[in-house]
Amino acid sequence: MLPALPPQQVHLSEYLALAEQLERDARALLDALDPATRLDVAKGRLNALQGAPLAALQGALRDLAPEDRRAAGVRFNQLKGAVQEALDAFAARQSGAADDAPPLDLTMPGRARWRGAVHPVTAVVEEIAAIFRELGFTIALGPEAEHEWYNFGALNFPADHPAMDVHDTLYLAGRDGRPADGALLRTHTSPVQARTLQRYRPPVRVLAPGNVYRRDFFDASHAPAFAQIEGLAVDEGISFVDLKATLAEFARRFFGSARTRFRPSFFPFTEPSAEMDVVCQLCGGGGCAGCKQSGWMEILGSGMVHPAVLEHAGLDSERYTGWAFGMGPGRIAMQRYGIPDIRLLYDSDVRFLEQFAR
Amino acid sequence: MIVSHAWLRAFVPHALSAESLGQLLSAHVATLEGMERTRAELAPFVVAQVVASERIPETRLSFNRVDDGSGTLQEVVCGAPNVVVGAKYPLARVGTVIPGKGGITIERRKIRGFTSAGMLCSAMELGLGEEHDGILALETDAAPGTPLLDVLAAGDVRLELDVLANRPDLLSQRGVAREVAALTGVPLEQPPELRALPPVPASVVGAREASAAGVTVHVEDAEGCPRYAAAVIRGVRVGPSPDWLRERLDGVGARAINNVVDATNYVLHGLGQPVHAFDLARLAGATVRVRRAGDGETLTTLDGVTRPLGPEVLVIADAERPQAVAGVMGGRESEVHEATTDLLVEVAYFAPARVRRSRRAVGLTTDGSHRFERGVDRAATLDALAACAGLIVAVAGGRVEGVLEVGGPPEPLAPVELRLARIARVLGAPVAASEVERLLGAIGFHLVRAGTGEALAWSVTPPSWREDVRREIDLIEEVARLVGFDHFPDELRAFRPGTVPDHPLHVASQRVREAMVAAGLLEARPLPFVRGDDATHVRVANPLADDEPHLRTRVLDTLARRAEHNLARMQGNVRLFEIGAVFAPNAEAALPRERMHVAALVMGNRRPAHFTEPEPPAFDVWDARWLAETLAGAAFPGSTIALEPGDGSEVLWTVQVDGTPVGEVRRVPLDAPVWAAPAFGVELTLATLESGEVAAAGSNAHGEPVAEARRPAAVRHRPLPSTPAAEFDLALLVPDAVPAREVERVIREAGGAQLEQAMVFDEFRGGDVPAGSRSLAWRVVLRDPTRTLRDKEVEGRRRRLLDALAALGVRQRTG
Repeated sequence: MLPALPPQQVHLSEYLALAEQLERDARALLDALDPATRLDVAKGRLNALQGAPLAALQGALRDLAPEDRRAAGVRFNQLKGAVQEALDAFAARQSGAADDAPPLDLTMPGRARWRGAVHPVTAVVEEIAAIFRELGFTIALGPEAEHEWYNFGALNFPADHPAMDVHDTLYLAGRDGRPADGALLRTHTSPVQARTLQRYRPPVRVLAPGNVYRRDFFDASHAPAFAQIEGLAVDEGISFVDLKATLAEFARRFFGSARTRFRPSFFPFTEPSAEMDVVCQLCGGGGCAGCKQSGWMEILGSGMVHPAVLEHAGLDSERYTGWAFGMGPGRIAMQRYGIPDIRLLYDSDVRFLEQFAR
Repeated sequence: MIVSHAWLRAFVPHALSAESLGQLLSAHVATLEGMERTRAELAPFVVAQVVASERIPETRLSFNRVDDGSGTLQEVVCGAPNVVVGAKYPLARVGTVIPGKGGITIERRKIRGFTSAGMLCSAMELGLGEEHDGILALETDAAPGTPLLDVLAAGDVRLELDVLANRPDLLSQRGVAREVAALTGVPLEQPPELRALPPVPASVVGAREASAAGVTVHVEDAEGCPRYAAAVIRGVRVGPSPDWLRERLDGVGARAINNVVDATNYVLHGLGQPVHAFDLARLAGATVRVRRAGDGETLTTLDGVTRPLGPEVLVIADAERPQAVAGVMGGRESEVHEATTDLLVEVAYFAPARVRRSRRAVGLTTDGSHRFERGVDRAATLDALAACAGLIVAVAGGRVEGVLEVGGPPEPLAPVELRLARIARVLGAPVAASEVERLLGAIGFHLVRAGTGEALAWSVTPPSWREDVRREIDLIEEVARLVGFDHFPDELRAFRPGTVPDHPLHVASQRVREAMVAAGLLEARPLPFVRGDDATHVRVANPLADDEPHLRTRVLDTLARRAEHNLARMQGNVRLFEIGAVFAPNAEAALPRERMHVAALVMGNRRPAHFTEPEPPAFDVWDARWLAETLAGAAFPGSTIALEPGDGSEVLWTVQVDGTPVGEVRRVPLDAPVWAAPAFGVELTLATLESGEVAAAGSNAHGEPVAEARRPAAVRHRPLPSTPAAEFDLALLVPDAVPAREVERVIREAGGAQLEQAMVFDEFRGGDVPAGSRSLAWRVVLRDPTRTLRDKEVEGRRRRLLDALAALGVRQRTG
């Protein structure tokens, strides 16, 4: 900071030194400023720093010996000119429009911004949902912490079904730390079927994406929690032909004119049950390690909604029929993007996630 | 479940190749998981025909030209005496490994000036027998070049099937054969080895106990063992099984052990009934007790492991101690061994749930337990016992001295009504009545017609091995899969749109996700398990990992661990977000309170480095604030969003939507290396997930109103200004105690209707700004939509602003 100027007896050398320092400070301030700073902000800063000292310096002209005033006046005007010049140069740096600017090397890279990305599993979920939307489905959701009834009983699992064992299902403890009565982490998205059928009158056409939990330890192809998508269509006159045609149409749109096959399967909550395969997307059906030489890739499980499931939701199973399916977008994502280890989907390594920026 | 192609053909002599059979089974019965040829070592051998042969002088060798189907004749030197021109022999080409010669590999060689590029093989060299009189002449019409395995009787194909959980009847060769018979129309028959077995005596039957031939069986736990049958066989000679039996077992991948055990395994794999043979001499008191094990009892099982037992384990005990875990594994003490002469052969029906409990308790899964757990045919107990006893006598000698049985067969299964019209309604295409009758009849169902024409229906009685068939829909499934899913066309048909609106939370999540991706963030989907506190966190009763037994209460806790994972991999520029569930204990309900949150975490460079900016600035609190505003705006469109300053330490702001707190902006403490930049996080609650009961079981809530996604108020267009704006800057000295929000409030109040914009654009301390104050510069824009403002008006407004600000202790900076 400048010391306050004494009211009188200012020597020319002193005056010139002060002017010199003000000029240096002004240049230093402008040089140090981020070139992106707005010009008016730069002026404001300069003013805050030098407004008062400059006024004082101007006033001090009167306090100089008369023979020195001319030289001091010239210096003062020089100072003002120099500060203005520095400001102009700053403005020119900003606009980059100085006439003597060197030519642009247009081979230099552009200025990037971080690119965001949805998770690859979400990307697959969204793609699946978009296709089913075109086929008349809306999105339903349900809780991940579920009642045993919705997860098993309402879905026609017999009371002693092995899936309900503590080795396979994660149960939640009550406040006393002991297992709560029938509280668990849902093992599939199918409870959303039961909830939706109880809540809404048919016709029902919904897709239910969400996370599900199994008591599986992490390895390259298993995880204790993963994404699933459930689909459900219930109305009068819905048949296995609707199931087959809709799912085959989905496969054609999702995989691009892929052949499909349906195999018998078993789920307590659908009957008849069928697994749908598409021609292996790696080998085209010739057989490879990816499809265990079968030429087919398992995509989803499906079936006609079991009458007991409709009855548990208070629906007349003579009048209404329906079909449902479930699939694992995680596994599809691994196939589609060539991800060798399921753990990559959970690690959240930014170098992995960035690869899916679109 | 492994099906032997050869064994299956003994039950149903179809003409399908293994490949076609596999496809047929996948399409109608159970999925083919894999196929494996037995004698795979013979796969490279081909049929070759000798075209010319000449003696090599002064040797026993011949020089031959053979046709191996390749188009070029191969030159082969052979030492066997029986080479005949025109005959066919197995050929090992160069590179083939000879199984019967300790694994030597055939190479191209010069012998006495003659080139040999292969070898014609004997049965012994192929590992097919002891005969070494000469090379193996093949009686075949097959063309040269045909794989040897295609023409030899030796070699089987193992088809591995993924049998569905509700179809235990398919866990045997005969069970699969029954389906193949129905699908191909080839009738089911008895394999030759089961056709002429010696008869067994009639059984002695008791309700809880029975005795025969000096052996007594007590079933003390009838709930665990509803039916127990046994045969007493004396005078057997334990030894190796005949080749046919060894081959049967090899076809399903089972190891041959001795003739008695192999016969029991024949019944296990062939008929689906697990059998156990005890050495009768080792059963104390010639007594069997089927009972729960007592605490402290142990059993050394066949695998040599001594296992503690307990009341949850059902055992087969003798008068003194357990000799087998019922339905799971026998004990070593009473195992059949070389010196065994007398047997007790057990065929039982154990309750599936009890076998599961026993199996878990002893930690063993066996072929037997696998079948018992899913349910064996309780009506076939005696037939299986007769077959097994007959086989034992046939392969090991001895005499069946008595048969006894405790408990009995099940009640016949109840008939189920099947309507022809219902089949078409559920499946979407009709199936002919005759086809229904043929297909169901072929797999053992008994159909009685009732009604005609449109009303045609049947009363269908399932066979004893199909306990899974209880309702009409079960029969419709049988029809659908047997007629084949290909029968039903891929025909998109008209449908009615549904009554279910998109879930509001899904709509909000989509908007939030788009906003975060647009802001350059990366979506994470990690696991929600954390180490928490029982008082505040929901505990998993049976967690996978003891160090993370709780469910998270904040998504940021998860993202913080993920950030640390990145830092550990030298990734300091972390921009993650997640839309995920959090859980809190809930005393009022059975389930925890579940909320869907969105959280974002940023640290490190605000943008990628560039040559104009080699070291970009790091994310700071102002980035976090903008992220919070962006998130809240996307999640709650049309609502008023406010950020209330927090204590400035960990919580920077609380986020309020229409006056209600919905989340926070925080500094996120991390276990971070020194080079890491500070981390900032935002977390908002999107919604609570309803998890209460919608309606009681068997009823619904169709009449009740439902929540719909909130629609943001439409943006209203404001006309673009047609008059010029007046702008001026206010450089203000603001005491530190006065927050910028206060200054802005006063400017807006005093700015009147003409105030269009008031924006702080600089903050500065030092210089001539006195300590305890700062300089805040505001850009003020005034405009009247109807006219141009006069200079005097603007100056007047400026003065009024300054006067109003003076009340705050704020004054204009001079100079």
